[in-house]
Amino acid sequence: MDLLQTGIVLLMVVTLAVPMGKYIAAVFSLESTKLDKGFGKIEGIIFRLGGIAGDSMTWKQYAKAVIISNFVMFGAGYLILRLQTFLPLNPNEIGNMDPLLSFNTAASFLTNTNLQHYSGESGLTYLSQMMVIMFLMFTTPATGLAVCMAFIRGLTGKESLGNFYVDLVRAHTRILLPLSFLVSMLLVSQGVPQTLSPNVEAMTQEGNVQQIARGPVAALESIKHLGTNGGGFFGVNSSHPFENPTPLSNVIEILSMFLLPASLPFAFGSMSGRKKTGRMLFGAMAIMFLGFLSVAYISETYGNMALQEAGLSQEEGNMEGKEVRFGIAQSTLFTAVTTAATTGTVNNMHDTLTPLGGMVPVAQMMLNCVFGGDGVGLINILMYGILAVFIAGLMVGRTPEFLGRKIEAGEMKLIAITILIHPLIILVPSAIALATGMGSAAVSNPGYHGISQVLYEFTSSAANNGSGFEGLGDNTPFWNISTGLVMLFGRYFSIIAMLAVGASMMVKKPVPETIGTFKTDNSTYMAILLGTVLVVGALTFFPVLALGPVADALTLR
Amino acid sequence: MDTSNKAVIENPVMLPGTEPASGQRPSTIKKAIVEAFIKLNPAVMIKNPVMFTVEAGFFITLILTVFPGIFGEPSDRIYNGAVSMILLVTILFANFAEALAEGRGRAQAESLKKSKRDVEAKLLVKDGSIVPVFSPELRKGDIVLAEANDIIPGDGEVIEGVASVDESAITGESAPVIKEAGGDFCSVTGGTRVASDWIKIRITAEPGESFLDRMISMVEGAKRKKTPNEIALNTLLISLTLIFIVVCATLVPIGSYVDVHIPVSTLIALLVCLIPTTIGGLLSAIGIAGMDRVTKFNVIAMSGKAVEAAGDINTLILDKTGTITYGNRMASEFIPCGGYSIGELSEAAAESSLHDETPEGKSIIGLSKKLGERLPTVKNSIGIEFKAETRMSGTDFPDGRAVRKGAVDAVRRYVESFGGTIPGDMDKLAEGIAREGGTPLAVADGNKILGLVYLKDTVKPGMKERFAELRKMGIKTIMCTGDNPLTAATIAREAGVDDYIPEARPEDKLELIRREQGEGKLVAMSGDGTNDAPALAQADVGVAMNSGTAAAKEAANMVDLDSDPTKIIEVIAIGKQLLMTRGALTTFSIANDIAKYFAIIPAMLLLAIPEMESLNLMGLETPESAILSALIFNAVIIPILIPLAMKGIEYVPMSATKLLRKNLLIYGLGGVVVPFAGIKLIDLALAFVL
Repeated sequence: MDLLQTGIVLLMVVTLAVPMGKYIAAVFSLESTKLDKGFGKIEGIIFRLGGIAGDSMTWKQYAKAVIISNFVMFGAGYLILRLQTFLPLNPNEIGNMDPLLSFNTAASFLTNTNLQHYSGESGLTYLSQMMVIMFLMFTTPATGLAVCMAFIRGLTGKESLGNFYVDLVRAHTRILLPLSFLVSMLLVSQGVPQTLSPNVEAMTQEGNVQQIARGPVAALESIKHLGTNGGGFFGVNSSHPFENPTPLSNVIEILSMFLLPASLPFAFGSMSGRKKTGRMLFGAMAIMFLGFLSVAYISETYGNMALQEAGLSQEEGNMEGKEVRFGIAQSTLFTAVTTAATTGTVNNMHDTLTPLGGMVPVAQMMLNCVFGGDGVGLINILMYGILAVFIAGLMVGRTPEFLGRKIEAGEMKLIAITILIHPLIILVPSAIALATGMGSAAVSNPGYHGISQVLYEFTSSAANNGSGFEGLGDNTPFWNISTGLVMLFGRYFSIIAMLAVGASMMVKKPVPETIGTFKTDNSTYMAILLGTVLVVGALTFFPVLALGPVADALTLR
Repeated sequence: MDTSNKAVIENPVMLPGTEPASGQRPSTIKKAIVEAFIKLNPAVMIKNPVMFTVEAGFFITLILTVFPGIFGEPSDRIYNGAVSMILLVTILFANFAEALAEGRGRAQAESLKKSKRDVEAKLLVKDGSIVPVFSPELRKGDIVLAEANDIIPGDGEVIEGVASVDESAITGESAPVIKEAGGDFCSVTGGTRVASDWIKIRITAEPGESFLDRMISMVEGAKRKKTPNEIALNTLLISLTLIFIVVCATLVPIGSYVDVHIPVSTLIALLVCLIPTTIGGLLSAIGIAGMDRVTKFNVIAMSGKAVEAAGDINTLILDKTGTITYGNRMASEFIPCGGYSIGELSEAAAESSLHDETPEGKSIIGLSKKLGERLPTVKNSIGIEFKAETRMSGTDFPDGRAVRKGAVDAVRRYVESFGGTIPGDMDKLAEGIAREGGTPLAVADGNKILGLVYLKDTVKPGMKERFAELRKMGIKTIMCTGDNPLTAATIAREAGVDDYIPEARPEDKLELIRREQGEGKLVAMSGDGTNDAPALAQADVGVAMNSGTAAAKEAANMVDLDSDPTKIIEVIAIGKQLLMTRGALTTFSIANDIAKYFAIIPAMLLLAIPEMESLNLMGLETPESAILSALIFNAVIIPILIPLAMKGIEYVPMSATKLLRKNLLIYGLGGVVVPFAGIKLIDLALAFVL
């Protein structure tokens, strides 16, 4: 039964991803398409209002546009959070957010991370939920998609990288807005609230007054998943019955967060005219995903032997921290998907997963290319793809080429630094946190599990995932500043570096393919790609994982 | 195809003083060992950041051996000393590999330098008198006289006179070559010797910039610049090194959070095992050895970049004459006309060629012999040489008979002038030969035309197979020829080239290269004439023949000392082999890390977390022996791989996908498996010794 429901959901993902990939390729086509007829008018108005001419940009212009627009969004978000109590739509009379938490929150949502050091129901007004949270939930995946498209255009040698503002607007009008509307309606049908009315007061059996929080939840919930954002309306995220009331809503949410990351390889195939390479990329990511999902599922079904000895039945598996309405299958699937697609929404508490089950989300975020977030995930796997070609490609006796373009020192430098930066911003802050009182004070569960908690927090930040292992008292200046910075580095460094790589690949003269060319569309290459991702990932993170989850698992018996 | 090594053995022409690829002279090894220690100088080591990191680790563990408690916690002096020594040996192995590769080049340079001694030159001054000067004083534009037994004092071109020049000092070829003013044989190289006669030479190179100077510095590796691919690979290796430094450094605070205290020397051992020391230690040796293999092949590459580019070639442009075919037309058939018998024709043709020393003439006699014809006597007969005006050659016999052979229309006019008649079927037969790509020669005895000789350009044996191999590598071959389209098509079909350009002028070649490059292809060609120079310069890999003009050599990025235009095919194979070796060892090096992790991580944590024993997959004895075994494996794998780095991995032409699968299996999968076995063996040995 478990396998069946998991299988059906994953099959639906693939079924939807293939046509969606084609659609995305058409949406961001530099040539005019049929879509321009329908959406062109609305977009035309937006371009006129925004004074966007839509000229092609160089990579520097493109990157500048990304940075400047994001900086403005960051500033606006920060100001609203700081002043929210004076602004309208505050029926529950929520106060202003303090400066460091505001910095962390703005950075978190700006970077598509959605790490939450606050609880939505008590920390944000409805205006903040809509103007800061939901607004950024739309713009950041749109930014990710735009950059991804520019990167693909570069790699495949299109005439230009495109125009950031045009890509940004199209991502909204043609993909995110229509899909969110659809998903919101589906979620409302499952009982997710969508209202601007204040909290409801209820009388409990004991005669106490209970505040039942509600708000424009469905609108947030849809884009939260579609945009691989993950920040919950409520503190407990998608395990809250108002965010994710039924098994069906659970499936809808899984499908929405997996849809875009899973369809991007197909979009890449369409755009580059190399459908087989697109399928190969999908296959490589799918194999990693299935592997991780299996580990999580087996380890959660097996249960926690320490609890068994304490007299708690583990027959249903490790149900600690999971919702009964989802069970093991829908919980582990959700966990695997949310950390693969780096969404960060949770329907169970990852802190209470078994040690190895908990290692799965961390590991997927460490690799950061098992599908990955909207746009950036594909950028990452392509980057690993270039690295794989570079290492193994020499073995065919030619200097390495990717998609017919030579990989030279310039690109390698950028890729090498980008690959270096990811472990750097995970391991160094983790080490500082564990070595200092500022950091380790937040750990609720010392020992090996404490390492997992800290590691998870920074990995989640660096991968722009945003889920928390929880159990970490993280609303402190140290955590707000450190994770804020890690999120910003994690997001913008790779975006800028990969735009530069795309641009430098674009101007290269493609080498025609012959029988002597390294092929990137067959199973051999897939094996090399998987090997590269796993070996580089394992080599980088194995020691710290050995000290955290592995030691945790070994000593739990 | 010949792999480079096989070809070297088959090719006896080598630089004097170089030894064959197999077997190192003991003195070379001794020198390399000394060099390995000299290279320990940190100022030198820093050029190789991976090995520099190892050296830093060596110094830290050395300090820990002397002062075991210097970092606060007490540590085991003997263990620190063992780690320190293994690190030292690791560096020495890497240095040795590099020194060995450099040493081979230097041996060749030494022998070249011998021919570069200063010689006394006979400088011709304006008034016509001869002033003796030393060769380093010669400047560009000076005119010198070189007579028999003089060493030519510098690179230059002949402006007057004809002389035979012994170039064995450079090419190893002992037969002297003729040098004369004008044409394609006017360039002379400094250090070569005039064997007979005299020439006047205009010096074309400033001192220190001569061909020989450049050759020496190339061979010596003094000017060795990192190639683009090496730079890119180095970037990756440095970044991996940095990642592992971060991984190891952060392990200390993270570990101490759970009371896992990792000794500094263990941490350094882990770091050294993880950073790509194998490829880091062998990278420059691979590059130098690759260049060296080209040199051994008697080809001087002007840069490592050119050798690398050779591996990437998509299109190979070859001249027909002298490269694909022997270039001289050979008689392949006698076709009688006008009712004469083949015997009569054969006899007359042989008679007409009695005094003909050209390959054509010889081949006619050869064919005639093959047909069982007895050769007529030469006695008293007079040879009539070929002349541009008559376009005929032949023999006049004492009895007044005159036998002629030549171009069909020339012979026709000759015969008609004596009142002879032209056989009716001759024109048709001649046309038929031409259509098939051959050249018809008419043979006349007096005023009778007996028939035609079918002259054919023959493709060198083995060319067809080579082109088939090139096709397997994905390389397109294009033949350039001055022949008419018909002839060109025939030869192209016979040789099996992919494409041909008939009636090609030198500028067509340049045009062709540009067109191919416009499609993103890398183009290689070989050439010798001055009119080839622009094309040689434009090509990504241009191989000039040493017999060619100075302009051609200047424009090319490789010079073939044996002047064999087909060698470019082997150069391509060497280029591919160089890149493959680099990729294979990189893959191997990184794949090795997996086993090293399973040796070191459990060992490192075992003291604090006894449960880690379940990760000790190899069942290694003690934590110390596990760590030392991994470290020893890491060190000894370098000398084990030196022969592979020097020789290059085996290359058999096949499609990229097959090649990749094969190498991936050997060096990727092998790289994962071998260290598991190796570390276990070393651990067993250690347990036995300790």
